[in-house]
Amino acid sequence: MSTTASLETIGLRKSFGALVVANDINFRLEPGARHALIGPNGAGKTTFINLITGRLAPSTGRILLGGEDITSLSQADRVKRGLGRTFQINTLFKGMSVLDNVCLSIGERDGQAGNMFRLVGARPTVIEEAYALLERLRIADEAMTLVKELPYGKQRLVEIAIALGLKPKVLLLDEPAAGVPSAESSIILDIVEQLPQDIAMLIIEHDMDLVFRLARRITVLVQGGVLVEGAPSEIARDERVREVYLGERHHV
Amino acid sequence: MFNWFSSSNKLAPVDRLVKSHQLRPVELLPWAAAIAAYFLFDSYLPLGSQILIMILFAMSLDLVLGYAGIVTLGHAAFFGAGAYAAGIYAVHVSGEPLSGLVVGAVAGAIVGFLSGLVILRTQGLTLLMLTLAVGSLLGEAANKASFITGGADGLQGVSIQPILGLFSFDLFGRTAYVYCGIVLFFAWIFARRLVHSPFGRSLIGIRENVTRMNAIGSPVRGRLLTVYTISAAIAGIAGALLAQTTQFVGLTVLTFERSGEIVIMLIFGGIGRLYGAFVGATLYMIAQDQLSEIDPIFWEFWIGLLLVLVVMFARGGVLGLLDRAIQRWRRRS
Repeated sequence: MSTTASLETIGLRKSFGALVVANDINFRLEPGARHALIGPNGAGKTTFINLITGRLAPSTGRILLGGEDITSLSQADRVKRGLGRTFQINTLFKGMSVLDNVCLSIGERDGQAGNMFRLVGARPTVIEEAYALLERLRIADEAMTLVKELPYGKQRLVEIAIALGLKPKVLLLDEPAAGVPSAESSIILDIVEQLPQDIAMLIIEHDMDLVFRLARRITVLVQGGVLVEGAPSEIARDERVREVYLGERHHV
Repeated sequence: MFNWFSSSNKLAPVDRLVKSHQLRPVELLPWAAAIAAYFLFDSYLPLGSQILIMILFAMSLDLVLGYAGIVTLGHAAFFGAGAYAAGIYAVHVSGEPLSGLVVGAVAGAIVGFLSGLVILRTQGLTLLMLTLAVGSLLGEAANKASFITGGADGLQGVSIQPILGLFSFDLFGRTAYVYCGIVLFFAWIFARRLVHSPFGRSLIGIRENVTRMNAIGSPVRGRLLTVYTISAAIAGIAGALLAQTTQFVGLTVLTFERSGEIVIMLIFGGIGRLYGAFVGATLYMIAQDQLSEIDPIFWEFWIGLLLVLVVMFARGGVLGLLDRAIQRWRRRS
């Protein structure tokens, strides 16, 4: 363990009364990682994400981002330090154009979003950067379309685009292909595969095809605790995982 | 490897967004109308001043309700604070009008900032109830503090000096109309710049999805408090204008009715589009004036009926209706 992890949790625990939803999770996300977090429904995957991003405060334990303790920082301060996320259920600015959606996050990143003495158009670099990002995600044709008028699959890409606008060092993808028909999910998969290699990525996913294609490392979460962690081939062979998760879904 | 985050080619959507703040000719229409009204409706100028003041008040409300999505039924608190502050200033300190406006703005801003500090921690129904509570607290305070506000009798003896020492307020309301018009014009320039700034966009973001704003690191509560204070200052100026042009301040400036009325005006015109205030306040005030003449007892019934019709059949208000009509016409041609 000589290198500093991009993201690390130490003994992270969250309980609501007697109900333990995160049970002493020790987790490392290495620089440039493609790490998947899987587990049956109710295993605590989204809770884990909410603890990392600061939407929930842990009962005990610590969270380190690039070696720096962020446990007591606000959600916004964590984002400023390079922690980005997407949502399992689209969490977008529906009444705004696709381009505006991305401009919002880029503006927050470059610290100009609170500026009230300058016009939006006076900073074309922000808009150009947003447009370039949409080109990379192949949704530039829809730049001026209102998000609510987009098909669901493309809304999932806007979900990712907003997070990328933050230029995150660590990106948490919460079921990027959730709710998308499998024909379209391959587009999302392609996009995620082509994301810059220096972003450390944690992907929560149900779709096993996607997990085994993307992930170089997998953590299995069961009942709030880590059951096992390893390379995809090890996970596929692991009897316990088959029992609690894969077997149950008849998927592998 | 290609560069992820920059591109040199400028494209049409980028251009459109870059130019999104450019003034369109139609935006000058209200000003042409205001100038025309000065010459055409000479005998209605006092009503005209009232309309301009209500436009200013409604525009301030649009910043919080239409842009930031803060649903409030207590905006009269800031209007009333501005009116009383400017009135009391005129009675006890100086009748100079421009400094009176500043006093009104500061009073509105202070009340807005302090109440915002507390109530903007909440959302939805709780927030709505708290805005109501702040409004009635202030109303009751003004009633009790009759030694300075005049209580139920109202603040008497407000006399205003000529503007810049040159233009005195006349009986026909000409000076008042022009004065209100110019103040509204500058407030409009300010508000227009604000909504087209990155800050203004982030307010829309908060309205559209506060969860995502938090997730992209936006200091949401600070932004809301800022716009709430700014809006309260503008509402305070509107109140100060009323105090100065009518040379009287009564408890009605702080009533729940006034808070509700201004929301109705904005909904009439259309929220979140800056010009809804112009259209809504004008239509409402004229309708009120005419209806109360035609039917002095039941005029509120007709206003209510109008509101029901607008909410049911013209979502987005009169401007929303116009938008859809223009779109349909364009598609056909």
